[in-house]
Amino acid sequence: MARINMVQAINLALGQEMERDKDVVLIGEDVGKDGGVFRITEGLVEKFPDRIFDTPLAESGIVGTAIGMAAYGLKPVAEIQFMGFIYACVEQLLSHASRIRSRSRGRYSCPMVVRTPYGIGIKPPELHSESTEALFCHMPGIKVVVPSSPYNAKGLLVSAIRDPDPVVFLEPTRLYRLIKEEVPEAEYAIPLGKANVVQEGKEVTVLAWGSMLHRVLESIEGFDAEVIDLMCLSPYDEETILNSVKKTGRVVIIHEATRSCGFGAELSAFVAEEAMLHLKSPVVRVTGLDAVIPMARLEDYYAPSKERIIKALKKVMEY
Amino acid sequence: MPENIIEKFEIKHLQILDEKGNADTAILPNLSDNDLKKLFELLILSRQFDQRALQLHAEGRLGTYASILGQEASQIGSAYALEKTDWVFPSFREMGVYITLGYPIWMLFQYWTGDERGMKTPDDLNIFPVSVPVGTHTPHAVGAAFAAKIKGHKTAALSYFGDGGSSKGDFHEGLNIAGVHKLPVVFICQNNQWAISLPREKQTASKTIAQKAYSYGFEGIQVDGNDIFAVYKATKDALEKAKAGGGPTLIECFTYRMSDHTTADDASRYRPKEDVETWKDKDPLLRLKLYMQKKGIWTQSYEDDVKKKATEFVDSEIKKEEAAGLPDSKDIINYTYKDLTQRQKKEIKEIA
Repeated sequence: MARINMVQAINLALGQEMERDKDVVLIGEDVGKDGGVFRITEGLVEKFPDRIFDTPLAESGIVGTAIGMAAYGLKPVAEIQFMGFIYACVEQLLSHASRIRSRSRGRYSCPMVVRTPYGIGIKPPELHSESTEALFCHMPGIKVVVPSSPYNAKGLLVSAIRDPDPVVFLEPTRLYRLIKEEVPEAEYAIPLGKANVVQEGKEVTVLAWGSMLHRVLESIEGFDAEVIDLMCLSPYDEETILNSVKKTGRVVIIHEATRSCGFGAELSAFVAEEAMLHLKSPVVRVTGLDAVIPMARLEDYYAPSKERIIKALKKVMEY
Repeated sequence: MPENIIEKFEIKHLQILDEKGNADTAILPNLSDNDLKKLFELLILSRQFDQRALQLHAEGRLGTYASILGQEASQIGSAYALEKTDWVFPSFREMGVYITLGYPIWMLFQYWTGDERGMKTPDDLNIFPVSVPVGTHTPHAVGAAFAAKIKGHKTAALSYFGDGGSSKGDFHEGLNIAGVHKLPVVFICQNNQWAISLPREKQTASKTIAQKAYSYGFEGIQVDGNDIFAVYKATKDALEKAKAGGGPTLIECFTYRMSDHTTADDASRYRPKEDVETWKDKDPLLRLKLYMQKKGIWTQSYEDDVKKKATEFVDSEIKKEEAAGLPDSKDIINYTYKDLTQRQKKEIKEIA
């Protein structure tokens, strides 16, 4: 078992799935010889020259093409270079990919993955730090997955590729090379829709995903916190959340996306609907601001900081 | 250094059968008398379906419907050139295509009543459900063609859209990808001159839609869309070229929307009546009939018989649709994902 980072883990998952299933193909901008701008697909075109395709710079066309491929019987994995460029594909995802199974009453389906780097942390130009996951969670028919470590990135991507429905796979850019951990070479899959209890605790449930999970883990010292990594936002694991909330009676939700209509709003409403009488404190969200995500120099003011997370934890404990 | 011309293109317009029913025998496609009769019968059947759909809408039994009147040759001529294994990606005004491919007519009625079950394509056909967002399904045909090429199948994909669809970004992205990867796909533009109220000349400043193909490195051709022979020949040639590895083709069928945009539209608000009158002389059914008459394979009693059979068949399909009953309310949820989510399992109990 080697210690590898998330880039290597995703690359490994792609390569192994392509080896296992000849219907898996990759399309996107610069995914061939260049190996993608983050080198996720590095070396794969040499192994699978007839199954990796560089496309013109046309995001909607890429996802639309993947839809046709998937309906025909392939399992395309499309790369959108940055989440800020996925908005051109919203119509393809919402008006087609998410609906083809329903529209054709099950005759056609769309087993494809749209991978895209997401979130803050690499100081790029504008529109390269987006975290608009909630947009895609509001699309019935689409699944939304966010890994938080090399290990779960590999297992979740394997499940996403094998899933019979379209999956938006959001890869936290900040984590791409930040963490190395032991990742088995052997094949394994982490089921979609199941959360991971990263740390057990008795007094407060902390819900997070992607790169924010790590900020949470840096912030909980001194608190008896149960930390849940959702991993899959749509569908999300209601059962695991509910069991935890019933035990702790306190909930703090952390995400870097804008607060209003962010995914935390859904989680907060769910807890209020299902576990109100177990709560010892109001649900608290620590989120990005209701503002355009700033560029690098102001980024730290925008996203939940360690200080804001600690403040929220104190707030629910002292309520 | 002088300026040099580095690229030129020419756009052909193909007509084989004129308004008087005279055919250019030099380029006439190879169609037997039996084929001609089949085409004639499909034209009648599609028109009968269309008229009954409009009637049923007027009676409140069907929802909003998009008539195909006037465009039957573009639809039947192109669909007749397809093989069973080819993949078809229609928009929302292609009932003639579905009918030609043998799609159950009762299911088409079912769809237009507002019942998704009508778009559950039978297993032996590869035709996609109606696509409402204009032009956005173009890349799907490109993807299917890509898949066929990757899998080494001798299969082509065919996409239908209108003059309005040719303005959409996805049309251009799709054609561009198809051109770059030289994919086995045929793009059929039914240029019916109107996108709701917008006339063709306001849709694009290009002289033809066909010429847009040249921007993407492949051939475009304009055909008389009311000439079933021209449409058939152009489609057949394009499909053969696609399957032989020659890449995509854009076919512009120059036709006319004789009806309103849909039953929710009133074209008299924006379209002069005289325009519609002029196009009546170009009717696709009329000219095939004149041709067959000259050939000695059309008689009034033959036509009467075909019409009678079409009427009876369509009526029996309407009865079949009525007998199918209402869909299961749980179907709203059942087809979202392959399996129900935790939340959907609760929701499905709530609506049951």
